[in-house]
Amino acid sequence: MSTLDQDLKTAARWKPLALLARTPAAVTLAVGFMALMLCVMCFAQVIQPHAFDHVDLLNRMTPPQPLDGASWAHPLGTDTLGRDLLSRLLVAAQTSMLLSLLGTVLGAAMGIALGFLAAHKGGFRDEIIMALVDFQAAMPWFIVALAVLAFMGNSMVIFILIMGLYGWETYARITRGLVLSAREQGYAQAVRGLGATPAWIYTRHILPNIAGPLLVQLTINFPSTILFETSLSFLGLGIRPPMTSLGQMLGEGRDYLISAWWLAVIPGFTIFLTTLSMSILGDWLRARLDPSLET
Amino acid sequence: MTALLRATGLRKSYATGRAGLFRPSARFNAVDGVTLHIKPGETLGVVGESGCGKSTLSRLVLGLAQADAGEILFDGAPLPRADTDDWRRMRIRMQLVHQNAAGALDPRLPVRAQVEEALRIHKRAPERAARALSDVGLPPAMAARYPHEMSGGQLQRVVIARALALDPDLLVLDEPVSALDVSIQAQIVNLIRDLQAARGLAYLFVSHDVAVVRHVADRIAVMYLGRVVEEGPTAAFRTGALHPYTRALLDAVPVPDPGCRGGAVPRIGDPPNPAAPPPGCRFHPRCPFAVHRCRAEPPVLREFAARHHAACHRIEEIA
Repeated sequence: MSTLDQDLKTAARWKPLALLARTPAAVTLAVGFMALMLCVMCFAQVIQPHAFDHVDLLNRMTPPQPLDGASWAHPLGTDTLGRDLLSRLLVAAQTSMLLSLLGTVLGAAMGIALGFLAAHKGGFRDEIIMALVDFQAAMPWFIVALAVLAFMGNSMVIFILIMGLYGWETYARITRGLVLSAREQGYAQAVRGLGATPAWIYTRHILPNIAGPLLVQLTINFPSTILFETSLSFLGLGIRPPMTSLGQMLGEGRDYLISAWWLAVIPGFTIFLTTLSMSILGDWLRARLDPSLET
Repeated sequence: MTALLRATGLRKSYATGRAGLFRPSARFNAVDGVTLHIKPGETLGVVGESGCGKSTLSRLVLGLAQADAGEILFDGAPLPRADTDDWRRMRIRMQLVHQNAAGALDPRLPVRAQVEEALRIHKRAPERAARALSDVGLPPAMAARYPHEMSGGQLQRVVIARALALDPDLLVLDEPVSALDVSIQAQIVNLIRDLQAARGLAYLFVSHDVAVVRHVADRIAVMYLGRVVEEGPTAAFRTGALHPYTRALLDAVPVPDPGCRGGAVPRIGDPPNPAAPPPGCRFHPRCPFAVHRCRAEPPVLREFAARHHAACHRIEEIA
């Protein structure tokens, strides 16, 4: 059997183990790291060694292992108020991941829904939605977010809404194009001929068939959403104490770069690894799912 | 007997090219005044070259495209507008099978699920899918396969099974075997005939292949550039076709006999551009019998024998 046939077979029947064996090491590492982050996201409260906001002023700025003066009670050291850095890192990663995931899902849902609507209705509704897309793409969203958070105050709901509105326009544009071309495919027309309603065709045939490119866009969008969240929190406009996020930790640690560099470097490195893993994952998925890139 | 489907004066034009600011876009009539009827349990074959409007006709008959003019009565009632609830319910009674079976199936679903889907859409028991698949001669083991794991003939069987699962009264077959090997063609054509004998459904069988149509049809309509030029019982086409175009089509059918090799088949050249059909009789530039009248005056369908019609000025002279 030819390799193409085999590829089609694996595509049709998802075989995780066979897939893993042929996966590049970088991708395996990225998947592993993202799995770790997901575990942290779900269980940070359970696995944190200390309460992340427990202040211990006698143990301030302990260095992490294996530096001199480190203790195994605080493997990553403590911060300026003597709070355990490992616990803080876990909870911060949880907050950042949750917010970014929520923001990405919100943005994707909104963009995909509007993309479908634009493609289905056509006419002036299509033009309005596409004008909104251009409008959103042209807006410096970071500045808008800063202004909104500064004026409206910092509530979690507004913060999540701003995250959700970040990047929806790419989903809308991609979805609209994919739906327009998928609708003209023989199978979509054939199901229409069977008497299916547009909603039936969209949800059961077109959405599954265009899910690949959308999934890729999701993984490409996720790192920038994390960076968006951390940037806002770094500036003190996102997550605020006593809550913590990776960006907020980074912002706090910035003042002690000379005396206690690990306060900023450890959350910074975590942000870097998370976005890098997700980007590697996205690139690999794109190459896997795009037949025109197949070698 | 009353007709299951009766279409009168069907006309459908398409725009070609872009409209300018002061210039409307050019239009050509893909179907230009076609009248036909199909009785329950009967097969009407439609033959013609590429671009003669056969596929447009089959889409009009199903209501998949809206005719510009003319009337379609299905079982005595006018066809509902496309994509209304009435039109969707009507799909139970009329189904389409076309040339590209591989394209008509969703690549991500096993074929059984796709046959079941037809039943689910109309809230019928999906268990009938298994019977529909066995009716078209597919072993049960194949039902779990994906479209890319099947051959062209098997895929066409799946598409036919999907159409038949709803138990329609009319099946429109638009070039159902043109994409298949000759040996597979024969299997599918025989399957189509057997299904009709077992279920008594009516076919509109559209093809460019006179030999295939002659094999399955009870009556044949020959189309040329959007118009029917000859229509009659299949037996009449065996003994004596009337229209010069039909004769040319029939002469072009290969005869499986080496003794007949090299017989003089009239070469009539390529069809004219359908966007700018010639005046008068549309066939006159290619017709060996054309006279001045053919260039000026379009002929109408006239009855020559029992239920045998043709549109040509010179049939009496050239017969």
